[in-house]
Amino acid sequence: MDQNIPQVIQTVPLQYYVFFATALFSIGVVGVLTRRNAIIIFMCVELMLNAVNVLLTAFSAYRADPNGQIFVFFIMAVAAAEVAVGLAIIVMIYRNLQNTDVNLLNRLKF
Amino acid sequence: MNSIILLSVLGLGNLFLGFLRSNRLLLPAAMLMLALVFGINLIDWNEGAQSYFNNMLVIDNFSVAFTGVVILTTFLLIPFSQKFVRDGEANLAEYYSLLLFSLVGAVMMVAYNHLLILFVGIETLSIAMYVLAGSDKRNLRSNEAALKYFLMGSFTTGILLFGIALVYGATGTFQLSDISFAVQNPINDSLQPMLYIGMLLMLVGMGFKVSAAPFHFWTPDVYEGTPTFFAAFMSTVVKAAGFAAFLKLMVQVFPAASAQGVWLPTLTAMCALTLLLGNVGAVAQTSVKRMLAYSSVSHAGYLLIGLVAFNGQLEGASANAIFFYSLAYSVATVAAFGVLKLVADQRQREDYNGLNGLAKTNPLLAFVMTVAMLSLAGIPLTGGFFGKFFIFSAAVENGYIGLVVFAVVMSMVSIYYYLRPIIAMYMRETDVTTDEPILVSSFQSAALFVLALLTVVLGVLPGLISGIL
Repeated sequence: MDQNIPQVIQTVPLQYYVFFATALFSIGVVGVLTRRNAIIIFMCVELMLNAVNVLLTAFSAYRADPNGQIFVFFIMAVAAAEVAVGLAIIVMIYRNLQNTDVNLLNRLKF
Repeated sequence: MNSIILLSVLGLGNLFLGFLRSNRLLLPAAMLMLALVFGINLIDWNEGAQSYFNNMLVIDNFSVAFTGVVILTTFLLIPFSQKFVRDGEANLAEYYSLLLFSLVGAVMMVAYNHLLILFVGIETLSIAMYVLAGSDKRNLRSNEAALKYFLMGSFTTGILLFGIALVYGATGTFQLSDISFAVQNPINDSLQPMLYIGMLLMLVGMGFKVSAAPFHFWTPDVYEGTPTFFAAFMSTVVKAAGFAAFLKLMVQVFPAASAQGVWLPTLTAMCALTLLLGNVGAVAQTSVKRMLAYSSVSHAGYLLIGLVAFNGQLEGASANAIFFYSLAYSVATVAAFGVLKLVADQRQREDYNGLNGLAKTNPLLAFVMTVAMLSLAGIPLTGGFFGKFFIFSAAVENGYIGLVVFAVVMSMVSIYYYLRPIIAMYMRETDVTTDEPILVSSFQSAALFVLALLTVVLGVLPGLISGIL
């Protein structure tokens, strides 16, 4: 490893990272909007967050600016806290309904 | 900064109060803590801008004022927390601590100077609120509200973050003033589309958080299922902090003419749509709680007018108008939710008929509810009137006459649904379920009295706080 990591990242053009992250983000958005299982929706949200992480890391490496990578650490930490709360909520629902299908949640209507 | 440290420490301290197994101590202790934080927060008033954490967090008059609003709102709301969790085994101290921790997030949201702090603040506030929305664990409606709030909230966070990442890619910084500089002096024209898409995604993310149309659809469901006490917290503290953050983003980050070409049309359209859907939606409701939820959507519309008509600096007519409106709205909404919670706890119903004959059984509750409704509707001599007046006059000065006319028409629509609880309380007869007087504790009567008094004082002497920023 005589090359440092930013240089390795820079061997791929920046646009590719942007396209990749956008594709990953779009898959996440489509998943949230179409899937019916709460856990899978939740996984899609995590996919969106990871798309952001990829994008921030790539920009950070290209600009030789560590701020973006620090931001990624904060996103990871906050996402972990969010997972803890989110899974607790899903478990709570599973205890009451024996299911995690969001279509069963229709007690609150317009 | 003092208020952030103090709130975190007191939140932890409050957890230890739970070991005492004496739930009666918790409420006075929490009120004392909030009063202390409110006082400490005011020390920073007029001390000039103080920056912390390498200029990531800035405490100035703007942040002190909005911190004051959220802490005062929580202080006046907290007396209604009695019996807020039906689960007998629940440890109540945890809920008070979560409230204090979520206030830390609110303070960070009003004092941020770096997008990282904005993100961490929003999440600190939201994660605590996800837990509180589901605090009625065995009630399926509360479960559903928690899951909806959680999924919508984390989805929105993803969108906001993607926007932040794109803006970072286009400008190379998260610092507000540096982003603003980069927006006005673009290094590279090919990056402009990325900047605009990033801005729009951030706009969508913030729109979700403050429940502006077309991103408001989760609001009525979540508010209806959430225990009333926490619904009141969501519709006041979360909204006031969200709008302060939104205003700061608008004014400090994207003031350049080119950026406004993207922000302003989108924001104006969102504003008109929010006013329309919020007010028309509220008319159709039979549940008072759902009506208040739609009312909070429509008030987001009025506050958005203040954002559209901002005059380019945090000290000035627009910031003052938003500050005054947030305070008047929060006070009136806390009063309305407080009365609704007391009535709903005893009568076990949240529709308009549940309020029947309240004027005969509990004149104080009926009077406070009336003042709150009149203030929300914007009738003169209440705080809500001057809130609307300042926002509309700021908008007219900046030439948004069409928007103001539309907003005035919509606030006439709102009079219809705000008068319905008053008619139920004063003109309808009691029936079997509603002829018992509601039990009100002395803390609650005092809070209701202060809320009504504040609303009237803001309506009679608006000059006391209307020009402080």
